[in-house]
Amino acid sequence: MVIAASALRLDLDIFDYLILALYFITVLGIGFAARAAIKTSADFFLSGRSMPAWVTGLAFVSANLGALEILGMAANGAQYGLMTLHYYWVGAVPAMVFLGIVMMPFYYGSKVRSVPEFLRRRFNNSTHLFNAISFAIAQMLIAGVNLFALALILKALLGWPLWISIVVGAAIVLIYISVGGLSSAIYNEVLQFFVILAGLIPITIVGLVKVGGVDGLVDKVRQTELGDAALHTFANTAGTDNPLGANWIGIIFGLGFVLSFGYWTTNFAEVQRALSAKNMNAARRTPIIGAFPKLLIPVVTVVPGLIALVTVKGLGAEDGDYTYNNAIPLLMNELLPNGVLGVAVTGLLASFMAGMAANVSGFNTVFTYDIWQSYIRKDRDDAYYLRVGRIATIGGVVVGIGTAFIAAGFNNIMNYIQALFSLFNAPLFATFIVGMFWKKMSSWAGFWSLALGTFSALTLYLLYLGDVVKFNSDLEESFWGAGLAFVVAVVTALIVTQFTPAKPENELQGLVYGMGGEATSTETIIAGEKVWWRNPVLLGAIAVVLALVLYIPLW
Amino acid sequence: MADQSRTSKAARLFDVRRVIGGLFVVYGVIVTLLGLFDNQAEIDKAQGVRINLWMGLAMLALGLLMLLWLKLSPPEAPEEAPEPEKQAD
Repeated sequence: MVIAASALRLDLDIFDYLILALYFITVLGIGFAARAAIKTSADFFLSGRSMPAWVTGLAFVSANLGALEILGMAANGAQYGLMTLHYYWVGAVPAMVFLGIVMMPFYYGSKVRSVPEFLRRRFNNSTHLFNAISFAIAQMLIAGVNLFALALILKALLGWPLWISIVVGAAIVLIYISVGGLSSAIYNEVLQFFVILAGLIPITIVGLVKVGGVDGLVDKVRQTELGDAALHTFANTAGTDNPLGANWIGIIFGLGFVLSFGYWTTNFAEVQRALSAKNMNAARRTPIIGAFPKLLIPVVTVVPGLIALVTVKGLGAEDGDYTYNNAIPLLMNELLPNGVLGVAVTGLLASFMAGMAANVSGFNTVFTYDIWQSYIRKDRDDAYYLRVGRIATIGGVVVGIGTAFIAAGFNNIMNYIQALFSLFNAPLFATFIVGMFWKKMSSWAGFWSLALGTFSALTLYLLYLGDVVKFNSDLEESFWGAGLAFVVAVVTALIVTQFTPAKPENELQGLVYGMGGEATSTETIIAGEKVWWRNPVLLGAIAVVLALVLYIPLW
Repeated sequence: MADQSRTSKAARLFDVRRVIGGLFVVYGVIVTLLGLFDNQAEIDKAQGVRINLWMGLAMLALGLLMLLWLKLSPPEAPEEAPEPEKQAD
């Protein structure tokens, strides 16, 4: 736990508070403006499918640029060195490009409003309900993590007690989502993306000046305990004698395939951003446009982590102010004068809010459409579901306050969230990918593959918590949990399909690769636009090549 | 989905470029002014870099660029050719 002691008490002056206040006035202003423009429940949930691709693309990456992303990745930068880059490159870019090129035509073209809805049409109601409920639970648990992180920073930076910080943070998130819906959430995410960068860039610049530029940083990192290993990404990954303790198979297949594809392609808080794009092409470009800033974000997260490693004495303590998690706040305190300090604090607070807002808006869409409208109250008018959506938002925020206190019980929230991903996203990805490319997969195979995949990962996690099964680290457990869930889900799908009837082909139109429907045809997937910079395939290829090129000097 | 035409019109009432541009112009002015009047202690804290001044000017430039972009390509004008994928329901 962070204690609001001297090292972390930021000395904000009136101008810093002015910058902070202006941000929240703007954000609430957008909410009220959006509210005036909102007429239907489709508006509320999917922003009426009207956003240009650059807006949804930045919102896409911003929805991921939450509390854990910034503090966690800077912490990992200080702890593991440049191997943290794997989370940005091999662990994100291929999956984002795959989502845009291959999977988005299914999502956008089938006009589904959520991932569970896609499962209902591809499989059956049981699969749908299982996923809707597990998704709602996952979103609430992750919302709690984001809220807890937001509260930690309020507490540490501004000196507020934890519980007040949690309640105030929740209240702000609630106001901004409930008055404006996703439309305001998306606008705020784009706005906040720029504010975060404006706050993180000065930390990198001033920090680099302090350590004597890039050369100075490299020299000083070599003299730390991590040594030269902190400056490589793939060196010594034939074995596990590297800072991350993982070999290249684990990095490429565990992180780069199962965990990363599971997260980016089935996480509805992310996919929803693309579904609000104004047309198919914009939807497909959404994650790919997001991949470009994703490539460069480590400059303002991992690099400050390294700077903190060499400049902050005592960093890496077990608890107190000098844990790795506090790398960024410690640097802000040490390097930023009032003014840019206010921008940085605003950027951090905005980023923590965005994480929770994304979870809550994902939760209220799934709760309203997939649980309430599908199984509890059917066939009401649009105004009714709009009202249910608003109530679900309030309920979601209140539950988030509860789960924030659960998160407070974990001493490493980053590992907690990785465990949640291995439980919820890995089996879902397996079920999805098989169902999308194998038309024979039966409805019940979908249900059992999802259920047993989740169950196996959960069992492994509980056995690990109960000390029955041992792993070297929490991270290793989440990798094995995700891998197990993936294998169990695929094998179950293959077996159950042999014993249950396949879905009639006419019900699979537009939902399975190669099954009719303009949206999923090879022509639509391969063919792009006449203008090259709007061609998703070309943009995707550029993103992947850039990731490879960036690895070369840092292998 | 029903209400397709109504929804897209409603959501275009305000443009994110105006919001980003406006906020960054204000931030830019505040931070640039702070940068101009920074005392030596603050400059020393930032390792001798006039970070407020530079970041203030950069934010101001970004804000003005956003507003300029908005002026050159207003939200009412169609930004792209009608999409070929549009499906008949």
